[in-house]
Amino acid sequence: MQVTGIAVRLGDDVDTDVILPGKYLTLTDYHELAKHTLEGLDPSFSEKARQGVIVIAGENFGCGSSREHAPIALKYAGVRCVLAKSFARIFYRNAINIGLPVLEAPNACTQIREGDIVTVDLKKGIVTDESLNQRFTADALPDFLLELITDGGLVPHLRKTKAAK
Amino acid sequence: MNLIEKILARASGGEQVSAGDVVDAQVDLAMIHDLTGPLTVNAFNEIGAEKVWDHERIVVIFDHLIPANSVQTAQLHKMLRDFVKRQGIQHFYDVGKGGVCHQIMAEKHVRPDQVVVGADSHTCAYGALGAFSTGIGSTEMAAVFVSGRLWFRVPKVIKVQAEGAFRRFVSPKDLILKVIGELGASGATYMGLEFTGSAVRNMIVDGRLTLCNMAIEAGAKAGIVEPDAKTWRYLKEPARRKDQSLASDAEAEYTRTLTIRVDELEPMVACPSSVDNVKPVIKVKDVRPDQVFIGSCTNGRIEDLKAAARILRGKEVHKGVRLIVIPASNDVYLKALEEGLIEIFLRAKAAVENPNCGPCLGGHMGILADDEVCVSTSNRNFIGRMGSPRSKLYLVSPETAAASAVAGSLTNPYYQGR
Repeated sequence: MQVTGIAVRLGDDVDTDVILPGKYLTLTDYHELAKHTLEGLDPSFSEKARQGVIVIAGENFGCGSSREHAPIALKYAGVRCVLAKSFARIFYRNAINIGLPVLEAPNACTQIREGDIVTVDLKKGIVTDESLNQRFTADALPDFLLELITDGGLVPHLRKTKAAK
Repeated sequence: MNLIEKILARASGGEQVSAGDVVDAQVDLAMIHDLTGPLTVNAFNEIGAEKVWDHERIVVIFDHLIPANSVQTAQLHKMLRDFVKRQGIQHFYDVGKGGVCHQIMAEKHVRPDQVVVGADSHTCAYGALGAFSTGIGSTEMAAVFVSGRLWFRVPKVIKVQAEGAFRRFVSPKDLILKVIGELGASGATYMGLEFTGSAVRNMIVDGRLTLCNMAIEAGAKAGIVEPDAKTWRYLKEPARRKDQSLASDAEAEYTRTLTIRVDELEPMVACPSSVDNVKPVIKVKDVRPDQVFIGSCTNGRIEDLKAAARILRGKEVHKGVRLIVIPASNDVYLKALEEGLIEIFLRAKAAVENPNCGPCLGGHMGILADDEVCVSTSNRNFIGRMGSPRSKLYLVSPETAAASAVAGSLTNPYYQGR
């Protein structure tokens, strides 16, 4: 399974309050939610993300609140995958559960530049920066998590397994 | 094994587990609140499930936006009330019936040795009662509602050894801020924090809840304290003899030990905009708050209110400052009334609100405007956490918050409390 997008770089310790501020947690329309993604950091983010982006982040991405609205907002804004040097644990599980691919890729996150075209092979754990013409290795997702993401998240996955029973 | 390993071994039906093992554990209690709950209910319905696994083990608490502050919020509350009714959920705390979710869980539900999950990151607080508790997302919670089970990776554990007695006007919040400053915002990611040492043994459960509550701010999965006589007293149960199944073994493994001399600790502050940006209060000059907030799941308990009232008694809040005080639960509020604390706050010209999360997450009851500054006893100071992305938040103890409200600037409580 491969995803391609334009690289958007973010720093260390990007928290879920900044990804999606608390005042929007009552919004139930995910496209509305997506319009406010990362607005405190970069008001133009959701505009940028619409074309399909890959977030390149530093350490501890998604720290703070357990709100699932944060990975949902990223996904609906147009983020196809998040690469980070490391993730906060609740965000990591939430992202996979809602079907947003997330990979730890420390080398890629050091070298990929803003605006580069990036392709991620989720199964092999290979990140290719097409603009730099360079390949990096990432921690590949184990098969059962990859299956969750391919199914579109935990809910569709459970429906599928329930139907199969 | 350490205490976290023992609890996860029991819950997963194993004899022995160690860090790195993945276990499938039985969940004793599962909690949702008014902001994460609706996504859980949606996911539960989408899975096509009909009945929750156990209607007596689910706790639903309204605390983030109560009473409802908008039509949107009111709709979410209504949807959750319908779910509670349809599923026959036993433990439901609506407006006026409870307070801040983590305080209600500690007061009414959590017991040592349990595995507890909550759709809120500060669920890690209940380790203060010797439970393994951790925050999870809404969708994962829906899966727990269906099956009553969840997988966990057994965490490595950092031992935080706090030795000595607190000086006057220094309290557990200063200790946990110091620990987070030392570990860093991701220093304990995926790990557990076990709090021990004489300072923790001498601390009542209120203070232990403050410590474990903020374990997540170092990235930790859980905080934990071995249950002891103080725990049983808090639970209003007869004291038990030391039970080795509720204690870490002498040869238990830790990935690291962090020792803090509490007698040398002074009032600390987490400066904008990360919780590990921690400094001694006296080193941070010229912070003039527009608002001071005393409350939240971190510091809205009776001990916190008493500490603040000791400083506010007979004084008035500085004319340029708005002080907001929010007891964390109805029980805390009643106790504060009985002890005359509410009168002290009102005479000091504080706004005292109904038990709820208040401005902590920027939902309502004290949202900040551009360039405003708040000195707060809550747990996060991220950009835009309490309102405008241009506002600034400083996290402190209740003592420091009260002293700063009176002085009109961030102040070491020693100078106001003498």
